[in-house]
Amino acid sequence: MKNHDDHISSYSLNLTVLLTLLILTTVSVLAIKFHFGAFTVAVALLIASVKAAIVLTYFMHLKFENLLLRLMVSGVFLLFAIVIVITFIDYSFR
Amino acid sequence: MSTTQHSEHSEYIDSDTGKMGMWLFLFTELFLFGGLFIVYAVMRSKYSDDFHQAALELNAFIGATNTVVLLVSSMTVAMSLTAIQKSKPNLAILLIFITLILAGVFMMNKYFEWGHKFSLHLYPGSDVMKSLPHGEIMFFGLYFMMTGLHALHVIIGGILLTIVMVKLKSGKINREHYLLLENGALYWHLVDLIWIFLFPLLYLIT
Repeated sequence: MKNHDDHISSYSLNLTVLLTLLILTTVSVLAIKFHFGAFTVAVALLIASVKAAIVLTYFMHLKFENLLLRLMVSGVFLLFAIVIVITFIDYSFR
Repeated sequence: MSTTQHSEHSEYIDSDTGKMGMWLFLFTELFLFGGLFIVYAVMRSKYSDDFHQAALELNAFIGATNTVVLLVSSMTVAMSLTAIQKSKPNLAILLIFITLILAGVFMMNKYFEWGHKFSLHLYPGSDVMKSLPHGEIMFFGLYFMMTGLHALHVIIGGILLTIVMVKLKSGKINREHYLLLENGALYWHLVDLIWIFLFPLLYLIT
């Protein structure tokens, strides 16, 4: 099987994705200035996660990949999230 | 990589498997940085005041500039893949070249940023750093470790993309076979992905 049956992302789609990411970066820089107190970290991480999801979906072409690869990637990120949550549960109740 | 020679003239390239191999490798990278993120999270909750104080030392402007540089370079490398898929090798080469320039700009900023810290004698093991409160030592330790490891990935990604550029020039990467470009781009996007988290955690949140 050769590469050429792959999906081709258009230049304009790539540009749109970049502009979205730049807007989100600006939002996160501005949002920090408002001081959400305890939620500051959460807000920053939420915006970062949205940006990461956009990079994975469009730049890394996950949207156009087969189901197996998409399940693998979501599985690993889920595993990673579980590791973090369990670490924090462990750490907070010591 | 992932090329199997069969008979005299038929070459079989399984790009799906080659790409999956790359993703498996990227998962190990994710956990490499993931471990550091967990250390950061625990230390931040333990020493929140020290982290606040130490984070003020970092230059958010340089951090933001490098974020923009990496995001743009992520787009150029993605566009390079589009170009080769559309049979435009010269455009693909140009876009990879721009990506490499941007990688250089990123490293230059990093050089000035780290250089400034070193001129203030702020580096792991220095007397200035040893005299700081424990939480600030942790913050700067993590800062140097995480940005250093990330910068190492930028260098490796730069080398990988240089190889891709040479192979594009010689025609070894072409409209039919561009797995290496695809995997090189995936690696570069991972570098971007990690920076997306490093930037707010180290530079923005104080």
